[in-house]
Amino acid sequence: MNPVAVIGHVFLNFLASVGDLALFAGQAISQGLRGPWYPRMILRQMVDIGYYSLPVVGLTAIFTGMVLALQSHTGFARFEAQSAVATIVVLSMTRELGPVLAGLMVAGRVGASMAAEIGTMRVTEQIDALTTLSTDPFKYLVWPRLIAGLFMLPLLVIVADVIGVFGGYLIGIYKLDFGPYDYLHRTFEYLEPQDVISGLVKAAVFGFLVALMGCYQGYRSRGGAQGVGAATTKAVVSASILILTSNYLVTQMFFSQ
Amino acid sequence: MTVSSPKRQLEHPPKIRVRGLYKAFGPKQVLDGLDLEVGRGESVVVIGGSGTGKSVLLKCILGILQPDRGSIEIDGQEVTRLPAREREQVMHKFGMLFQGSALFDSLPVWENVAFGLLQVKKLPRAEAKERAIEVLGRVGLPPAAADLAPAELSGGMQKRVGLARAIATQPEILFFDEPTTGLDPIMADVINELIAGAVRRLGATALSITHDLASARKIADRIAMLYLGKIIWQGPVGQIDRSGNPYVDQFIHGRADGPIKLDVRAA
Repeated sequence: MNPVAVIGHVFLNFLASVGDLALFAGQAISQGLRGPWYPRMILRQMVDIGYYSLPVVGLTAIFTGMVLALQSHTGFARFEAQSAVATIVVLSMTRELGPVLAGLMVAGRVGASMAAEIGTMRVTEQIDALTTLSTDPFKYLVWPRLIAGLFMLPLLVIVADVIGVFGGYLIGIYKLDFGPYDYLHRTFEYLEPQDVISGLVKAAVFGFLVALMGCYQGYRSRGGAQGVGAATTKAVVSASILILTSNYLVTQMFFSQ
Repeated sequence: MTVSSPKRQLEHPPKIRVRGLYKAFGPKQVLDGLDLEVGRGESVVVIGGSGTGKSVLLKCILGILQPDRGSIEIDGQEVTRLPAREREQVMHKFGMLFQGSALFDSLPVWENVAFGLLQVKKLPRAEAKERAIEVLGRVGLPPAAADLAPAELSGGMQKRVGLARAIATQPEILFFDEPTTGLDPIMADVINELIAGAVRRLGATALSITHDLASARKIADRIAMLYLGKIIWQGPVGQIDRSGNPYVDQFIHGRADGPIKLDVRAA
């Protein structure tokens, strides 16, 4: 086969899937906004995304905060700047690591399960059954997940920020000989509202993307168990890539002067 | 039978009228100019081999699939190009029993049955549950089944719940997709009886697809045979054994030799 044709084919396929995803998102949002809303479904998704992700996100955050404190201390000690440890920890957590790590963990936990659940509903005709019961699958299945992702990930990130800073604090106090008051004072000394807000905006974007990719890949899955498995993988991979790309874009939006 | 005047036909169009329906998946032409009418209160069964496009026909009428060409009228209203909101209104007339039952596995049995009552008719939950238990009784399931998860039921019981869900909103049109596939002969007969009974009680119009002839004989007023995307024969159920059509004969006698060629690919 002609190698140029292969490249063209891959590129066209890529464009087709981007277009398809955009149509899917557009339809989900326009149908979802129009209602009816399903409060039970939204609540259930919020509990699933928010509450049940707490242990995973909390563990990730505390160890990240601890490692950050250790790493920045050993690095900064080389030029006598150990006092910056608390500031490094809090800025890294709120601006970057809180939202990105929580987003990636939720992509693995929730995005995968959304794709598997909706994919199974697709291949067992449950989505068709919804249609025959005069219920729009976009309003009943997709919209509640998008809403839950959009609002719950920022809440998770607030928790992650606090736990991450606490992890750094533990290391700072017990291993690096900071005084508790001194460490906390330095934590808040240079922290600005924008640091936290930018992180929460990122979280909302990531939460929406994770839910969107989970729903999209599940909704479009075909061909039984194998198709659902492939959809799950694609949901996690594509959500992770989108998180990292959009992370750059949001960062640039907030902090490029 | 009397010939109805054109005016009378206008007042009472067929419940479902499909004309010149085409649908292709890639190079495979699944529906190839299909025509079919189902009268008010009539039960039509479409028979045909696997992969001949029976499910595609149902899904086109339901609007789950968009046909490439052709017309579908429900009560004289063209539905192929309806916007989503009006489409939902038309869907209120339908109830469907899926081949694999397609029960929502995240909901208990009673919420499956009451789904239409809760989401569309907006009944309070307590009342919807009462109605669901009543409908479950009509398909021979005890009230204790209401709180089970669908996965806890056997295939035959799931079919009953699927049937209960389809009839719970008292639809005007019922679709049955391979209602007896995968069931043992006794359970299949039970389901057939329940279907025939439900259709009669609701006075509903029914369109079923199956390759199970025992089932077709039991629930059909009229049988139509689908082959290569067209209806090649149709007639009252009593005439199926005297159709004079070699394709129908081969199908009802289940012979490997004959004019029907087997297709490898799924529709």
